[in-house]
Amino acid sequence: MENLELFKKEVREWLEENCPPSIRTPLVPEEEVWGGRNAEYINPESKLWLDRMGEKGWTAPQLPKEYGGGGLNRDETKVLHQELFRIKARPALNSFGIWMLAPCIIEFGNEEQKREHLPKIIKGEIRWCQGYSEPGSGSDLASLSTKAEDKGENFLVNGQKVWTSYADKADWIFALVRTGPKEPKHNGISFLLIDMATKGVSTKPIALISGKSPFCETFFDNVEVPKKNLVGAENSGWTIAKKLLQHERNFISNFGLTGGETSSGADVVNIAKKYLGEDNGKIAHPAHRDSITEHKMKEHAFGLTLQRAGDEGGKASATSSMFKYYGTEHNKNRYELMIASMGNKGLGWTNEGFSDDEQAITKAWLRTKANSIEGGTSEVQLNVISRRVLDLPN
Amino acid sequence: MKLILSEEQQFLKNTAQNFAKEKTPVKHFRELRDNKEALCWDSNIWKEMVELGWSGILIPEDFGGSDFGIGGISVIMQELGKTLTPSPLLATSVLGASTISMLGNKDHKSEYLPKIVSGKITTALAIDEGSHHNPFNVETSAKLEGDKWVLNGKKVFVVDGASADIILIVARTSGKNGDSNGLSVFITNKNSKGLDISKISTADSRNYANIDISNLKLDQSSLLGEKDTSGEIIEKILDLGRIAISAEMLGNTEEAFEVTVNYLKERKQFGVTIGSFQALQHRAAKMFCEIELTRSAVLAAMHAADENSNELERLASLAKFQSGETLHLVSNEAIQMHGGIGVTDEHDIGFYLKRARVAEQLFGTCEYHQERYANISGF
Repeated sequence: MENLELFKKEVREWLEENCPPSIRTPLVPEEEVWGGRNAEYINPESKLWLDRMGEKGWTAPQLPKEYGGGGLNRDETKVLHQELFRIKARPALNSFGIWMLAPCIIEFGNEEQKREHLPKIIKGEIRWCQGYSEPGSGSDLASLSTKAEDKGENFLVNGQKVWTSYADKADWIFALVRTGPKEPKHNGISFLLIDMATKGVSTKPIALISGKSPFCETFFDNVEVPKKNLVGAENSGWTIAKKLLQHERNFISNFGLTGGETSSGADVVNIAKKYLGEDNGKIAHPAHRDSITEHKMKEHAFGLTLQRAGDEGGKASATSSMFKYYGTEHNKNRYELMIASMGNKGLGWTNEGFSDDEQAITKAWLRTKANSIEGGTSEVQLNVISRRVLDLPN
Repeated sequence: MKLILSEEQQFLKNTAQNFAKEKTPVKHFRELRDNKEALCWDSNIWKEMVELGWSGILIPEDFGGSDFGIGGISVIMQELGKTLTPSPLLATSVLGASTISMLGNKDHKSEYLPKIVSGKITTALAIDEGSHHNPFNVETSAKLEGDKWVLNGKKVFVVDGASADIILIVARTSGKNGDSNGLSVFITNKNSKGLDISKISTADSRNYANIDISNLKLDQSSLLGEKDTSGEIIEKILDLGRIAISAEMLGNTEEAFEVTVNYLKERKQFGVTIGSFQALQHRAAKMFCEIELTRSAVLAAMHAADENSNELERLASLAKFQSGETLHLVSNEAIQMHGGIGVTDEHDIGFYLKRARVAEQLFGTCEYHQERYANISGF
């Protein structure tokens, strides 16, 4: 405990010295940092902050020091987060590399891959995207058909991925490819790292019902990928894929509380009071008030459940499905309640007749519809709970 | 506040689990019902619970109890809830014990608390007067005439009212119906002149009574606490009752769910087990999620009560709401998924439905607690 106090003091002093002033102000979306070769920094202090945090390894506090991580234990990490929260520091780096890929490289990658990729992920030098879904393989992900043929030194990759978030901005992609076309579908998949700058890789953005989106289609046309970029053994990619999905689901399930990337910062109770009026401090419309209260109570119980999972120590794979299912359905409901409370003010598309905040909520409402699809649909999560937790037969 | 059980609580839970499994499986409740046992619980079983110290869990050590807190008694209620074990724990060891501990003076405590611990007396809290729980809708009046309190009114749906030796009566000493001010609590013997106790017969085959109070004359020493000002403490006592019944309801839910999921794995139709049908799987998975939320809400409320948190009211309402909604869902789905056998008296699953609806009413329905939560939260 004494060491922890000492650590806290160190962190506090370091942050005092190294966290630039503008980084302690509320984040504006244009200044979000994702790193990568082509990153543009509107605010130079964002870059400075990333470099300093990356140097300490505190962008990935729990990853081992030898690969550039912070090498902190759980308690120290908690202290770091508390101290960052205390000074309202902006995140130094948003990164699929850290959230999803790095834990899998640690677990399944070889020494060379760890040394090559982890430091660049942690310092935000290389930005990653995820190549999982395909036009014909959504929920049935294991039916994927992007093929990687053995050509001696290289794999030759041909096919198409879809829903590759930020593929147009990413430097590398971690992709699932079929290497064993004759094997049963789960046993013919490999986990491959591909440099997006390789000849034959191209991307095209996808517009959503909510408007512009980070999603892309990614095409592979005779792309040559060195064999050293295979993570784990050939045809054993499905195990890695599933593990990575767990990391992704744990991450998305927090949307239930925060709204995640769809957050418009709006609180449903405040919105309801603003647009429906107040009656002695209460939301003036009883039916709306009841639905919102029920929603808030479920949110409270859901938050306690996330806390309990942490207190019990670690989240099992099946509970990550529960959190993904419940959290995303809850977030969808939040925005339905929000636009319902706003009446016709919740239906704006551009600024003709609507404020920026109003439009943001409408767009966020539409964006939430993808929450229960991306990262495995709600129905797939319910299947996982049925089979793995309740042990119901196939 | 860590959302896990303490070692002590885990130990009590294990003891209660074994107790329920060995001594009071659902068959025990069925026999009590079939035999039309007047108490609706088994006095020998109660004696064993007393010997295990369960009657005194909320009672301070000075008066012979163990002071293990609401968390301690709730985990027991949860395990007993799994086998629908009826007992005076709620009315006596939660409501009676905490009313006397929180409101009584030294004399009251020395007189009654050791007797609760030793199982010599059981108690009932007479509060509700209408078809819906509302602790401030009290028209039963208490007026000081000379050196006696004179009580008049009518109480309904009093838990264990048909068997309790000691009746605790919430009465109005000032103000009007609906006021939280002006409430006082009186303690009296079931045989007092002016009390007319009539047992009522309910779907869950448990012990409830309506009590007519007509010119009940009580000494001034039967007033527990100060006159007029007990409203706030009554709410706190009720919150403890709400948490304990929520834990019991969680136990009801867990068992009804487990029995149902097992049935899905056994029952065959169209040549396959019905648990392979996605129409049933997804409903089961959704119930699982709600049960997980209920576990967290009940646990948080237990801890809040034992740590004297200022979140107690909100968390007690959350626990009663969430356990009520989940038990409602699970008790309905349990019957539907059992199909024809589920609506027969021969199968135990119907008992859970009948108990569910009564428990949902006790100390406030989901709707009541939704409204209370909204008011506390400023929605």
